[in-house]
Amino acid sequence: MNNNLKVLINGVIKENPIFVLLLGMCPTLATTSSAINGMSMGLATMFVLICSNMVISMLKNVIPDMVRIPAYIVVIATFVTIIEMVMNAYVPALADSLGIFIPLIVVNCIVLGRAEAFASKNGVFASIFDGAGMGLGFTLSLTVLGAVRELMGTGKIFSMTIYPEQYGSLLFVLAPGAFIVLGYLIAIFNKLQHK
Amino acid sequence: MFLSLFIICLTVAVLLAQVNKMTAKPIAEAKAMKLQNAIGEVVPAFDNDPVAEAYKMPVGTGDSLLVYPAKMGDEVVGYALSSSSNNGFSGEIQIMVGFDTEDRIINYAVLQHAETPGLGSKMTEWFRNREKPSQSIIGRDLSQGTLAVSKDGGSVDAITASTITSRAFLEAVNKAYLAYSESKPDVFSGATPDKIASDAAHESTEIKEEEKNNE
Amino acid sequence: MEQKLIVSPSPHVHSGDTIEKNMYNVLIALIPAFLVALYVFRLDALIITASAVLFCVGFEYLIVKYILKKTPTVTDGSAIITGVLLAFNVPSDLPLWILALGCLFAIGVVKLSFGGLGNNIFNPAIAGRIFLLISFPAQMTTWPAAATATATDAVSSATVLGNLRLAPEALPSLQTMFLGTEAGSLGEMSVLALLIGLVYLLWKKTITWHIPLSIMGTVALFTGILYAFNPVPLYHPLIHLFSGGLMLGAIFMATDYVTSPMTRKGMLIYGAGIGFVTVAIRLWGAYPEGVSFAILLMNAFTPLINNYTSPKRFGEVVKHG
Repeated sequence: MNNNLKVLINGVIKENPIFVLLLGMCPTLATTSSAINGMSMGLATMFVLICSNMVISMLKNVIPDMVRIPAYIVVIATFVTIIEMVMNAYVPALADSLGIFIPLIVVNCIVLGRAEAFASKNGVFASIFDGAGMGLGFTLSLTVLGAVRELMGTGKIFSMTIYPEQYGSLLFVLAPGAFIVLGYLIAIFNKLQHK
Repeated sequence: MFLSLFIICLTVAVLLAQVNKMTAKPIAEAKAMKLQNAIGEVVPAFDNDPVAEAYKMPVGTGDSLLVYPAKMGDEVVGYALSSSSNNGFSGEIQIMVGFDTEDRIINYAVLQHAETPGLGSKMTEWFRNREKPSQSIIGRDLSQGTLAVSKDGGSVDAITASTITSRAFLEAVNKAYLAYSESKPDVFSGATPDKIASDAAHESTEIKEEEKNNE
Repeated sequence: MEQKLIVSPSPHVHSGDTIEKNMYNVLIALIPAFLVALYVFRLDALIITASAVLFCVGFEYLIVKYILKKTPTVTDGSAIITGVLLAFNVPSDLPLWILALGCLFAIGVVKLSFGGLGNNIFNPAIAGRIFLLISFPAQMTTWPAAATATATDAVSSATVLGNLRLAPEALPSLQTMFLGTEAGSLGEMSVLALLIGLVYLLWKKTITWHIPLSIMGTVALFTGILYAFNPVPLYHPLIHLFSGGLMLGAIFMATDYVTSPMTRKGMLIYGAGIGFVTVAIRLWGAYPEGVSFAILLMNAFTPLINNYTSPKRFGEVVKHG
């Protein structure tokens, strides 16, 4: 259990997928225009990560090495499709604002990366914890990134007004703001970690 | 090797079919809801199904707009029209405009646009700011003449630094009014022109051809 | 600390030609444009320019001293130039708090985050202007009527370019655009004043002709070809040369030592790129003006251009010769 906890925390801090591994930059930059969007994207990815890690670690002895990548992709794509359908059905507004990036979780390198690097070599429980840790690290990073951009761009966090909107710099809500804020967050994260 | 991949794919296909079956109905409902909400935003309370009663109204040269009549009981309380303009700063602007039965604008909703963020994109709120009558188009009576920005001699203040977007937006509103004013008398006389179910609403070419044949 | 010999991009300090001297030459060259701005906008021009300089120097001093904890480098004059150029790129009635944000972005993010003068990839003033343009588009694209404007409906610089697409009949005469009494950003007023600055900089050998002339030449050529096929004001080469921030950008912003290529050949490629992108944005982009975006884009290409145009080493055997 202690070991599993270590795996979990590893994903959040030491191997944080965004700030340390710099994986899955596409949804990171594109969907974090607000805190809630970042968080939803993170949670959707976390769901896929946990499920695919679990299934792949269960099937690891059944899948022949030759076809393991296609098999992983099929498994991952299944879970992505499921969450896409569910989001379209029950939270259409959110599905609209995340748009193409939900189906694109399939090609998010974190998911396939963890399947190949962790789930295919470890047990079911450890894999679930790895998926949860990575997903949590991803979700937290995206939420922080989204919150900073939302605050600087529109004066709000989670749609709660902190200061009047007309003083916000629109740049931070737009694409260049994502790169700039991400750069500074990586710098701060590294600085804190090396202390 | 192929067997295991085949089994995985088969399992997955069955699973996805199940999920699709479960979510198909809510997805369709959510889509209908979106259109329904846009209509509800721009016309007074109604109890009919405007989407089901929608019909096409030709305007100008070969273009036609969808008209969604809103009724309370048997009485028509307003019309929602989806209109568009290609003369914005970038891309098409799609709006939904609501009129009451006396040529006045009730409200509007911007359905889709690609205008510059922070400039043209302000149109979603700009033209319905009730505190600034010179820029709001809510309640304007279009039988007095169509709308134009003040730079062109009209009475609507354009969005600051976005005259092009404002012109395009008003063009879409005026187009909607044109369709509205043409369709209104027909509805009052009870003879709704080419009434069609919403499912067929998008097959415009067929309908137009039918019209020609009828004439 | 042991001495390191570093091969680095310009500016290089050598005999008598210091960073300071070059920087102050640029400031002198900006004086004619500043005088025109004073004449057109009166006190507003002074307030905006002085505040921008103050903000830039102040932010540089504070950030270097308290965040980077190094000896402040403000005396080299580069922060002053950033301030002046940024001020020249904004409308004269811009609220001061917006101007302050622009200065903070230019100095804090674009210059000092990369390591200060000499290490910044992008020209701070250009990046600051673009930051403001994207963040506060409404304030950045509405110009007050010039105090000297005779027409009741003063023509703004953006509307010169905006009108190109929409209402070509509303364009001011070329002479007005050349002398600079139409409204616009502070320093974009008078083409003549900016050209005087160019002549001074060339005379003092602060810059070479390659970058400014290749930008102007490309713009003239590109629009000239389009004009030859379809002679409407939208494609008129002189209108494109005299309007917006083209002169200011070509003479003062694109020629920044740190962010432009080092070799003559590189400068020509860089200038041609700026000219091409500027016209493309003006004619087909979502913003009416494209000079600053073009410069920023080509700034990013500068290391690549440097790489491919580096001169042959002495004694190196020419391959495939």
